[in-house]
Amino acid sequence: MVALSAYLAHAMTLGDRRVFLPGETSAGHHQIEERCELCHSESFADADSIQAACVRCHGEELSQVDDSHPRSKFTDPRNADRVALLDARYCATCHQEHMPRATGEMGLTLPEDYCFQCHQDIGEDRSSHVDLPFSGCAASGCHNFHDNTALYEDFLASHAAGPALIPGATLPQRMPLIPHAPGLTLAQADAPMDALWRPSRERVALWASSSHARAGVNCSDCHAPSQRAGLGAAAWSIEVPPAVCGDCHEGARTGFEAGRHGVRWAAELPAMRPAQARIEMHAESADRRLDCGSCHGAHLFDSAYASVEACLECHSDSHSLAYQTSPHASLTQIGGDSEPIATCAACHLPRIAQGDGSVRVQHNQNATLRPNEKMIRDVCIQCHSLQLSLDALADGELVRRNFAGTPQIHVESIEWASRRTDARASSTEEGSP
Amino acid sequence: MIRFAPIQTALVSLAWLCACGAPAASGVSPQKMADALHVVLESDRTVYTRNVVNRLQNQEKVIKASEYWKDDKALPLPAQMFRMGAEMAAEKNPGFTYGLLSLWPVNKQNAPVTDTEREGLDYVAKNVGSNFYAEETLGGQQYFTAIYPDTAISDACVSCHNDHKDSPRTDFKLGDVMGGVVVRIPL
Repeated sequence: MVALSAYLAHAMTLGDRRVFLPGETSAGHHQIEERCELCHSESFADADSIQAACVRCHGEELSQVDDSHPRSKFTDPRNADRVALLDARYCATCHQEHMPRATGEMGLTLPEDYCFQCHQDIGEDRSSHVDLPFSGCAASGCHNFHDNTALYEDFLASHAAGPALIPGATLPQRMPLIPHAPGLTLAQADAPMDALWRPSRERVALWASSSHARAGVNCSDCHAPSQRAGLGAAAWSIEVPPAVCGDCHEGARTGFEAGRHGVRWAAELPAMRPAQARIEMHAESADRRLDCGSCHGAHLFDSAYASVEACLECHSDSHSLAYQTSPHASLTQIGGDSEPIATCAACHLPRIAQGDGSVRVQHNQNATLRPNEKMIRDVCIQCHSLQLSLDALADGELVRRNFAGTPQIHVESIEWASRRTDARASSTEEGSP
Repeated sequence: MIRFAPIQTALVSLAWLCACGAPAASGVSPQKMADALHVVLESDRTVYTRNVVNRLQNQEKVIKASEYWKDDKALPLPAQMFRMGAEMAAEKNPGFTYGLLSLWPVNKQNAPVTDTEREGLDYVAKNVGSNFYAEETLGGQQYFTAIYPDTAISDACVSCHNDHKDSPRTDFKLGDVMGGVVVRIPL
């Protein structure tokens, strides 16, 4: 007993806290499971403190997509009866943690009947919905509980027309380089040349040809960001954590640390390694560390490498392995160079045109991942019809083949939405003087 | 947003009075509290409807107001502005809630669900210019509930509701009671 107590005390204070896990942690959260307090707070307080932890990490993303069911809907006293049936004030009501047997395809637990509790009378308004199974609302490409930005009725109806492949479709292009200082040459590299820290000639040459050198970013800016060159090798670090990159690339860092690639950095844990992933990865990449340089290539910063090769060096699931022979892989930008355009990153880390005319890369790969309808607006309908997008994303086997073939599933929601819109337009015309 | 800062401050102050149980000590009754909140809410919404939406959309024709204001790069509709404020206030747990309900809602989720809501919305629709006050128990908590008539103050209110494909009523006229603002204060 004494030995067990000592072991647990050591585990709690200095050792591996995962011995205390009541069950396997869900996908995504397993990366930060050794820091129990991130969800449970220091004192393992009540449900409200856990809810606050959910919101700290996921609140902004939900706000960005105009969460269809914000917490305020359920804290409203008029919905007390509904809350008694489904307490949606708390994320953990549907998304329970440490429940591996109940954890589904999306990496979280999700009851099948949550829509039914409040919307069981939907057939009265939508004859198309009479006798539909309650488990199908969110499982057949029609609705999501949180993000319906590509699924709401008028959006469906207004995107009903159009060819499966939009002629002349293009994706947003990179923003031109905006130097923050005059460009630098090979001779201006300021890394110390002592024996401990001397960078290789090849490495410096790569830097000199990179966008960083053209933008006036010197060795010290990344490797000795708070010290400046000239203070000696001790002030320099070979490692460049995302926080340093984030000094200039703030949006990229924020997105990276919000996604599975970078969440361990956000949790102040050692970098994620593919060996820790729950999906298939190449064995030879198991011990790579995920930081900005993993995909962008230290000193190379080649976006073409980052958009396909970097992904496929680690990922070995069927969808990834099928990419190179997929229809997407052979596409190039119309009027552009011969580089592939429909890359892994184009869909999973898409460039998104902003309202001010700028283009930003969404570095949170979760933002377009699951449920996969989240990908429709920023990715799929840039090139395809909404109908093809819905059908393809609903066809799991087609997704596994990386879209080689045609959808074998048809989502009817656009037809239903259009029929309602057309019916109302007809009745308005008939009633007009 | 700056424009509404004084109003938000007033709401928070009122909420503080409510949350601290001030009514008994200061003599502010739940009804007086609800009436004061409603004056702020109604004024705020009227200013937005007349001086922002109606002026920019209908008079100067600079920008439209749209239900899908983000997608259409347009102004939020006055009712949406009101609801967004209600949601933001609710997130701060101010000690009261408010909302916009109707016997003829565009979104069915905004139809009455409690007996008090049904009775109150019917009352303010049939008794023009009158408010409705009641107490009700929801989820084991007793509330003072006030319902104020929500009147069509511009052509935009009327045409939007009459033309909307999800509207169950299409014969609204200017000045009609279209619904009610519901303010709840826990007792």
